[in-house]
Amino acid sequence: MQLTGDRFTSVSAQYGNDLATLPEYPAEIRAPAGTLAGVSAFQVQLSDHDITTPGDAPNVLVAMNPAALKASLSVLEAGGTLIVNEDTFDDRNLAKAGYATSPLEDDSLRGYNLYRVPMTRITKEVCAVLGVKPRDADRSKNFFALGLISWMYTRPVQPTIDWISSRFRNNELVCTANTAAFKAGHAFGETAELFDFIYEIKPARLAPGTYTNISGNTALSWGLVAAGQLAKLPLFLGSYPITPASDILHELSKLKQFGVRTFQAEDEIAAAGSAVGAAYGGHIGLTTTSGPGVALKGETIGLAVSLELPMVVIDIQRGGPSTGLPTKTEQADLLMAMYGRHGESPLPIVAAYSSSQCFDAAIEAVRIAVKYRTPVMLLSDGYLANGTEPWKLPDLDSLPDISVSFATEPNHVNEDGVASFWPYLRDENLARPWAVPGTPGLMHRIGGIEKEDGTGNISYDPANHEFMVRMRAERIARIADDIPEVEVEGDLDADVLVIGWGSTWGAIGTACARVRAEGGKVANAHLTHLNPFARNLGEILRSFKTVLVPEMNLGQLSRLIRAEYLVDAQSISKIMGQPFTAAELAEHVRGALA
Amino acid sequence: MTDLSVTTPKDWATDQEVRWCPGCGDYSILTAMRMLMPDLGVRREDTVFVSGIGCAARFPYYMNTYGVHGIHGRAPAIATGLALARPDLHIWVVGGDGDMLSIGGNHLIHALRRNVNLKILMFNNMIYGLTKGQYSPTSEVGKVTKSTPMGSIDQPFNPLSLAIGAEATFVARTHDMDREHMMAMFRQAHAHKGAAFVEVLQNCNVFNDGAWETITKKAARDEMLIRLEHGKSIRFGVDNEKGVVVGGDGQARIVEVADVGEAAILVHDEHRDDPALAFMLSRLSSSPFTPTPVGVFRNVQRTEYAEAVSGQLAAAQAKSGPGDLGALLRSGPTWTVE
Ligand code: SF4
Repeated sequence: MQLTGDRFTSVSAQYGNDLATLPEYPAEIRAPAGTLAGVSAFQVQLSDHDITTPGDAPNVLVAMNPAALKASLSVLEAGGTLIVNEDTFDDRNLAKAGYATSPLEDDSLRGYNLYRVPMTRITKEVCAVLGVKPRDADRSKNFFALGLISWMYTRPVQPTIDWISSRFRNNELVCTANTAAFKAGHAFGETAELFDFIYEIKPARLAPGTYTNISGNTALSWGLVAAGQLAKLPLFLGSYPITPASDILHELSKLKQFGVRTFQAEDEIAAAGSAVGAAYGGHIGLTTTSGPGVALKGETIGLAVSLELPMVVIDIQRGGPSTGLPTKTEQADLLMAMYGRHGESPLPIVAAYSSSQCFDAAIEAVRIAVKYRTPVMLLSDGYLANGTEPWKLPDLDSLPDISVSFATEPNHVNEDGVASFWPYLRDENLARPWAVPGTPGLMHRIGGIEKEDGTGNISYDPANHEFMVRMRAERIARIADDIPEVEVEGDLDADVLVIGWGSTWGAIGTACARVRAEGGKVANAHLTHLNPFARNLGEILRSFKTVLVPEMNLGQLSRLIRAEYLVDAQSISKIMGQPFTAAELAEHVRGALA
Repeated sequence: MTDLSVTTPKDWATDQEVRWCPGCGDYSILTAMRMLMPDLGVRREDTVFVSGIGCAARFPYYMNTYGVHGIHGRAPAIATGLALARPDLHIWVVGGDGDMLSIGGNHLIHALRRNVNLKILMFNNMIYGLTKGQYSPTSEVGKVTKSTPMGSIDQPFNPLSLAIGAEATFVARTHDMDREHMMAMFRQAHAHKGAAFVEVLQNCNVFNDGAWETITKKAARDEMLIRLEHGKSIRFGVDNEKGVVVGGDGQARIVEVADVGEAAILVHDEHRDDPALAFMLSRLSSSPFTPTPVGVFRNVQRTEYAEAVSGQLAAAQAKSGPGDLGALLRSGPTWTVE
């Protein structure tokens, strides 16, 4: 299902629609087919104008079996078009899905435009002619559905046929079966005259440029590669496989020609440790993971805070705690990113807000890490990671130069007049010198034990410890001078501000625009930096009567805002493993306006 | 211009006061290391000491090289990242038995099996020193410590058996009472391309004083230490009267040479590809109560990890040229909006 969803998305993107997707799949690799747990779904919104969410209630739902119908019917809009593979509605499948009677027979679907299509039967028929066994033909029925939907949405046929031939080139029979099923589905739409309408979605009026359809994890990987080139430093990724972050490890492992070293470590801790080691050696140390992995890396991140070495920890958040909902999205690691370490160990936090923007967020995280010699937390989530959207390729010359220099000379003269190197002497950004092994004369030892300011020698002096704790905090706090101010969209004189971070960006923007279109007054803003906050944030928050903070957690940013600015920020929570819909948020905004 | 690789032991010492307890075995290991370094002909700036946590882990502060004092158990992981990023460096990893075998056991075995170019020195004093005297993963069964008032019930690790089982390519044992032998082992570890594991039997005179004395004190050595030397028959005893044989049952055991004849005594071959014999030697003893082999147990060649990583990078570049970011961004389907 994910494959056909991807294919439909891809052909739509090339056709020029703006789009956003929400893939949903079970945590189990081979979850039992036909059960609710095994339902794999793919939601896509296509548009002839700029959109930022996968849509609220879809207009069309294709249910391949009773379980899929049961799992997804609730999202279909009232009166929406419902296409079912009627061949699968037998007693066994109905029982597996927990239906006492067939919904196709018992009138329970009367609120929808129901179309019963014998997808399995037709697919088997066309395949039988080609000599494909019925069991193998059964696997091609998703392509029948793809053909049918392609017809409904007037998608061009040839690109998908070409794609099938290339994708399945190693298995001629599967290739033939899928092509036949796809064509049959398309023909069915054309000839069966079942459907009252077809959707014609014109290409969107997007800004001129070259586009590609991209997922958050790919954009993030490419952003890291770009950051390496912009910093003129090699990348080192230490990682341990974890959903939904593994695709970054996969992608970067393929990019060795860029000098990217990837290391699949024995565990999350070693992954982080190796990144620290590589950073000490002068590489950009990266580690990718999800919430449980961040917890395991906590001690090592504390070490990086103490060593003041550049490192980027990438957290693709998922539902927690513990294994939680590994394939579903959530934003509940913000407070862990902020505070989830021992001791006073502040670090900068950057959050990506859309799939394609993961590219820029990655560059920004690396920029801050190398300039300030600090571990940086980069937050994305399952929704951004797997969702795709068209991305206007950036002009590479417009990307920032983020290069820094290694120390090459002694930076201190001892009392006896001999030049020496002090690893904890600071520059104007309070960053210490990055002196890499191999540099003559700069040999130095650093460690997790508290260090004397300047010399970096072990120090248990009470006053020095307080000085160093404050210095580490001040170094991070001052980054506020070096990040963009928050921009407010919409009605600056409104009473209500909706503010968010991360992947809620699309839903918040769409909801607020919708309310404004109805005549409501509302402003919205989005944070790309969670620590430190932008300099103007306090002023913005205080200029609104009501501040709403939608988050896929129990109110983590709202808590930070309240603590920092003494503003009565109100949390809007959703913790269902699914992103907010614009409709839900618009309803909250209307409530606040009333 | 001065040749930076020509140094004296003093050049390798830092100005930091060494803070081990007076009389600790770590001092003699540090001296052996400082004395060896000028011999190796390497530059201080190309040398890095990486450690975890524990008494032994303070080692980097006392060597005038680059150094990272990391976190408990993680030194092999940190060092692996450094070795992959910088294959040009000489990296030593130093830790104790708790650091390497308990909290960091996982990192140790993986560094060994990957054959990362790290020289890993494990100071084994069979006790936790820095945390003041709890039993360690090498403490003997029955050991009474603060955390085992009725005696330890844990089966200890045999560090060398573990290392050999973890596919290590270089495995050796030495002890803190014999500087020459330590230097010889460290020198061979340095010369080995790949991961080298050296267990150093070390005295913690505060929490486990004399633990190894029964085998390492001068008067006992002839009887209790079995010196392994490549190409020589494995014999020991005041008059070299004892030796090691492999019996018909495949077991290595200690015999009187006179009983079996010289020809029957096992000739040590550290380069044997099959690790079974080295493993068998490691099983002869790892405790201070029976004759214990010291020297190089195993020393074989296998592809070094960082070299393999760099090799793949070079192969990828040879195949598709240096990475082109613009082309990467266009590697999927693209379309143009006018
Ligand atoms: S506690 Fe033991 S191992 Fe640690 S420094 Fe003192 S004597 Fe050495």
